[in-house]
Amino acid sequence: MPPKSEASEPILKVSGLKVHFPQYKGVVVRKQVGSVRAVDGVSFEVGKGETLGLVGESGCGKSTTGLAVLRMTPITDGKVEFEGKDIANYSAGAMRAVRRRIQMVYQDPYGSLNPRMKVGDIIGEPLIVHGVDTERDVYRARIQELLRLVGLRPDMAERYPHEFSGGQRQRVSIARAVALNPALVICDEPVSALDVSIQAQVVNLFQELQERLGLSYLFIAHDLAVVRHVSHRIAVMYLGRIVEVAPRNELYKAPLHPYTQGLLAAVPIPNPSAEALRPQQVILGEPPSVMNPPSGCRFHPRCPMAMKVCAEVDPPLREMGDGRAAACHLHDPSVSGASRDTLRKMTPDGTGGAERDISAVA
Amino acid sequence: MPELLLDPNDTSAKRTSGDNAHNEAVPEGGPLLEVRDLAVEFGTGRGALRAVDKVSFSVFPGETLAIVGESGSGKSVTALSLLQLVPSPPSRVKSGEILFDGRDLLKLSSKDMRAIRGNEIAMIFQEPMSSLNPSLTVGLQIAEPMELHHGLSWKKAIARAGELLKRVRIPDAEKRVTAYPHQFSGGMRQRAMIAMALACKPKLIVADEPTTALDVTVQAQILALLKDLTRETKAALVLITHDLGVVARYADRVCVMYAGRIVESGTAREIYETPRHPYTLGLMASIPRLDQDTQQRLVPIEGQPPDLSALPRGCAFQTRCRYVSDRCRQQAPELEHIEGQHFRACFADVKGGADAPEI
Repeated sequence: MPPKSEASEPILKVSGLKVHFPQYKGVVVRKQVGSVRAVDGVSFEVGKGETLGLVGESGCGKSTTGLAVLRMTPITDGKVEFEGKDIANYSAGAMRAVRRRIQMVYQDPYGSLNPRMKVGDIIGEPLIVHGVDTERDVYRARIQELLRLVGLRPDMAERYPHEFSGGQRQRVSIARAVALNPALVICDEPVSALDVSIQAQVVNLFQELQERLGLSYLFIAHDLAVVRHVSHRIAVMYLGRIVEVAPRNELYKAPLHPYTQGLLAAVPIPNPSAEALRPQQVILGEPPSVMNPPSGCRFHPRCPMAMKVCAEVDPPLREMGDGRAAACHLHDPSVSGASRDTLRKMTPDGTGGAERDISAVA
Repeated sequence: MPELLLDPNDTSAKRTSGDNAHNEAVPEGGPLLEVRDLAVEFGTGRGALRAVDKVSFSVFPGETLAIVGESGSGKSVTALSLLQLVPSPPSRVKSGEILFDGRDLLKLSSKDMRAIRGNEIAMIFQEPMSSLNPSLTVGLQIAEPMELHHGLSWKKAIARAGELLKRVRIPDAEKRVTAYPHQFSGGMRQRAMIAMALACKPKLIVADEPTTALDVTVQAQILALLKDLTRETKAALVLITHDLGVVARYADRVCVMYAGRIVESGTAREIYETPRHPYTLGLMASIPRLDQDTQQRLVPIEGQPPDLSALPRGCAFQTRCRYVSDRCRQQAPELEHIEGQHFRACFADVKGGADAPEI
């Protein structure tokens, strides 16, 4: 799939999205002691027929972002424009109509299917909820069509989820998601619970359905290789923020943000000879708490290239041309002079803290 | 700007941590661990289910052997069987020998086995939260095997626990000795598990999916640490994983398991550069790779993994194999030597890799 051109009109436009979960203390007198800023000012677009990959480590807010688009978690601030209308403040009733157009596929194919319902009823439930194709024969035919569409046999409609393998269950989830002909499907780690040989089958199914039905995907995953394979563009999240957006090949060939660089370097590639030659640069430490994110750039305590300015000023997501954007002072020409001084010297220790030359970047 | 050096031909890449060049040489001396013809069955309501069958492999001192396979392939049961940690019943070792340092572990009494567990052979589990005791301090849990096996006084053992925490690069190690597991992050817990495994200077460490529950950046830290420490202590490592990337980065030799059997084994280079079993070939083709341009489509292995309670006659992979012949339906192929350290169990003459014909 070629990267989508900029021209394709966005079907989903999220701007300044914030999802904060307030934290309270005390039993008698409840006092708000802070908030978990799970998503803190996230903006992105998904074009028609496009797949936007959303990657990041656990706790970075990628799943919460997906839930917020469907309004399944309260939005603190920001706009979610779907097909031109801001749905962030829609009433529950108005949201119902929108949910026909946005569907979701979850990670866990065991937990997301009701074990007491037959697969046919699971797939047909959205049709009944929304009053579409409810006439008996039409309904039956639609379910059979959907089963065939996802590569299952029509007679499987009479079976229960426990009779299916993980990969087949995920096909059922996908059939349920596309039953109402949605425009956008939010896929939250849809293949990460599957074995590698089955993963490829489901990934291919997602791509086939996109071509046949013109679907747009917001594809949330932590596996960078899978995300690159399915996405046209990729947004990298860290601690509630998007740190870099780029068309997939550009992102993987020349990542701009030090976090993206470290993330890609951490993924082992299945080739021993190539691995032996790769620099083993490891991002040190672990992501800090979203309750109390670091000052300035949220990545600066772990960043091998952190400068003085990084500890003080929060870098905005800046357009870099060619459909790319990065939130990093290294790529901001207006940052100059003493603020470019290295924050600290990293010495290579066993865990591989890299010592890198900052001047080579500017 | 520093580029990601994904180009295998670019030898200018400098390593920033200890190199992990693959140990291609045939190890000298005898193996530390030799598993011969191991078969493990589970009793179920519908009869016996053979989770591990005809598994033979050896591990040499100081090397990293990876056992890869998908869920249900028997890789974890194999690993747990080495330490006899599979509950019995329902499991039963049907046949085989597990020779460790010349002794057959399967013949030892449970008391003798206890003296080996955590002492000469240590285990690292996947889930660092549930494998640490939440009500005991981390230091105490690391000190326990040293007190038990080496007769150290508690005071000495706790002091050594602090040193070990430092060695697995936990910041403020001396203070963390008195911390409880819930005060540790996922990565730190796994570091504590590694410290515990190293406590008695084992000759062999068995790590069952040690990083599956962790994020990629933390996974890279933990595996690099494990590799460095096993190199320092010259301990051998048996790494159980489903991640072919992890295997390529860290393993010297590889066993590929499918439906309870080893279908191919060899050095990491042999397996990745010239895979000779259709299942291994299929796995390689079905994973999206960061080091190659994206293809239009992945080539999945069609069908489902087999049901161990209803395995077909002959080769277990026959229903998903594109090279299947009549012979495969009659007879299960045995693991046969091809060249070097390369073994595989297949009747078809298949070969993957750069010089292989397109499949």
